[in-house]
Amino acid sequence: MRWVLVAAMVFATVLGDLLQSHEMKRAGEQSVSARGFARLLHVIAQRRLLILGIACNAVSFFSFMALVQTEPLSFAVPASSASFVLETLLAKFVLHERLGARRTAGALAVLAGVVLVGG
Amino acid sequence: MTNPTTRSGALLKTYSIVLFFLALKAAGNSAMAWGMKQVPEKMSMNPALYLRAMLNPFVALGILALILALLTRMALFSLADLSFVLPVTAVGYVIAVFLGKVFLHETVTHQRWLGTLLIFAGAALVGSTARNTTQGNTT
Repeated sequence: MRWVLVAAMVFATVLGDLLQSHEMKRAGEQSVSARGFARLLHVIAQRRLLILGIACNAVSFFSFMALVQTEPLSFAVPASSASFVLETLLAKFVLHERLGARRTAGALAVLAGVVLVGG
Repeated sequence: MTNPTTRSGALLKTYSIVLFFLALKAAGNSAMAWGMKQVPEKMSMNPALYLRAMLNPFVALGILALILALLTRMALFSLADLSFVLPVTAVGYVIAVFLGKVFLHETVTHQRWLGTLLIFAGAALVGSTARNTTQGNTT
């Protein structure tokens, strides 16, 4: 059961973030003032893929909650960082972001850090 | 986007939003954790229990902050790459360790301190790269 929950969580996180990143870049620059949030809600209402992305966040959130009810945090947190690796790879190959040596090295350091903090 | 003022302005905006997101996330998680400790029933698959837990003011406040954090993160996606946002916002783990140490008096092992150090170093390294590489914008 634990691996079913981990798989659900990682898959939902990856899909949700890819959809949100892709859609938000197309929506143009947003801000976080009161008016900015109102405009952002308007953007969300018009883009189905964004709503799907948020639904993925919800699936990921509840999978994580279910996971930590039965498994220790020291398993759940490093397991959730699997999405970090997948997302960074997909950001390069699907979203065509340029990673470069410095960003790759930084991402690897962060990944190692997350595993150490959780473990 | 070659004007240096515009460029540093955009960078400042990106980092302000990163900080705002981290603050909302930390506040939301803390309020939620505090509130959930006051809720007597143990959570299960029953959705009614979750709805009742939301009546606790700390839980409600926590959820509101986490919803705002989600929207803030989406605004961040409009300004920066996914491969930029993920490592930079991982600094949230460092904040969680720090808050746990200061307010909940948790013991932080050497392994955890090393982890937080690596997250900081990695985030700083990623933060020094161009934040948006897909729209011909190399700021």
